[in-house]
Amino acid sequence: MKPAAVKMEDKQLQAFEIDCLLEAILLRYGYDFRNYARASLKRRIHNRLALSNLRHVSEMIPLILYDESFFSAFLGDMSITVTEMFRNPEVFKFIREQVTAKLRTYSRVNIWNVGCATGEEAYSMAIILEEEGLLDKTHIYATDYDNQALEAAKTGIYPVNVMQQYTENYLKAGGRRSFSDYYQARYESAKMKNSLRDKITFAHHNLMRDGSFAEMHLILCRNVLIYFDQTLQNSVLTLLRNSMVHRGYLVLGDKETLGFSAVENDFESVDDKRRIYRKKILT
Amino acid sequence: MKKNYQAVVIGASMGGMQALRTLLAQLPNNFPLPVMVVQHQMRGSDDFLAEYLNRYCAVEVKEACSNEPVLSAHVYIAPAGYHLLVEEEKTLSLSVDLPVNYSIPSIDVLFESAADVYGEYLVGIVLTGASVDGSQGLKKIKAYGGLAVVQDPVSAEAPEMPAAAVNAAEVDHILPLEEIGVFLGGLTDD
Repeated sequence: MKPAAVKMEDKQLQAFEIDCLLEAILLRYGYDFRNYARASLKRRIHNRLALSNLRHVSEMIPLILYDESFFSAFLGDMSITVTEMFRNPEVFKFIREQVTAKLRTYSRVNIWNVGCATGEEAYSMAIILEEEGLLDKTHIYATDYDNQALEAAKTGIYPVNVMQQYTENYLKAGGRRSFSDYYQARYESAKMKNSLRDKITFAHHNLMRDGSFAEMHLILCRNVLIYFDQTLQNSVLTLLRNSMVHRGYLVLGDKETLGFSAVENDFESVDDKRRIYRKKILT
Repeated sequence: MKKNYQAVVIGASMGGMQALRTLLAQLPNNFPLPVMVVQHQMRGSDDFLAEYLNRYCAVEVKEACSNEPVLSAHVYIAPAGYHLLVEEEKTLSLSVDLPVNYSIPSIDVLFESAADVYGEYLVGIVLTGASVDGSQGLKKIKAYGGLAVVQDPVSAEAPEMPAAAVNAAEVDHILPLEEIGVFLGGLTDD
């Protein structure tokens, strides 16, 4: 039989190189990617490798250590996610129709958008709350570890050519007004209204390092956990559980589940398909 | 000497729904390998494809979920809007990274991650489609010593994708669609 062109030892060496890189990042910058799901992590690292005209992952280590702009590009790679306003509109429709009635019973409402990236979801949430008359008594905390993404989120400026898709999503999510009421279009960009942004605190928060900062009534944590291994998923889910009021809501991405996680028994499912959970009253 | 293959990955695009039905329906209910599938779909599609295929197959067909362990005699379909990958621990993972070859899910993403995990014990199959997705992935499967199978472009509803795969990789077998399922059965017979 013809020997395989790529040897097993090479594969182990490559895994070892990634371990070294992640260790370097942790020591130098305090960001801990060691418990990220390896397959996509590896893909992202190899994309950066190709862009940098490097051959081996280990060649990235000196750049990471000595070149902060290289690290910030790397950090950007790590937080690339494709998001949009009212992604999975049926989830937002459900929140509007079923969850806001419960939120209304509180005098103040805290919402945490975990891994907000460039802010699309936080603005979507603000729009729903505005239309349900809840925005004034609500505070939305939108956090991410990527400062560049947070800066973009704070400006609330998006390319105008995505607004048509967002408008469709908005309507599917039960939108009652004209979506264009919420932004101002100028040349190629659309800027979200300040009245929405003023209700959102965009802040740096690193799930691997930072703890709770307020008692939340609703947590949106969609397509964040899919990038983590089981250990890190469990520690993040525990943090989220501990950051919520009893009977608080947790919304995950539409292919994520609490099944088999360490906190599975602390929540009940409100809607299986939309991945909406509610924290049990724990004794 | 026969190799003990550990997994099968399949990529399909235009015309794939019927092709997958034909292929997967030929697998026996005790098919000893897990099968992971990327079929290009419209963004926002629901899990209809998995439900549909499951009706015609002896093996269990389901939409892939994040963190799910990979089991034999199971077929995992990548959800629309997510890349599907395999982890070293033989679990599935999903991502919403940028599209690859204009596609999310992308066949290359699945094939390349599966090649990393299964190496020479992987079978990669490229079916009908009007895309070049899957070519790079199949090339990597071959580089790691795995087996590359392509649907005969002549028998494909859309020949571009299998033809591109044949051009890109040193393919082991070019087969008419109707023979691929039987071929897989033969690979794993003791």
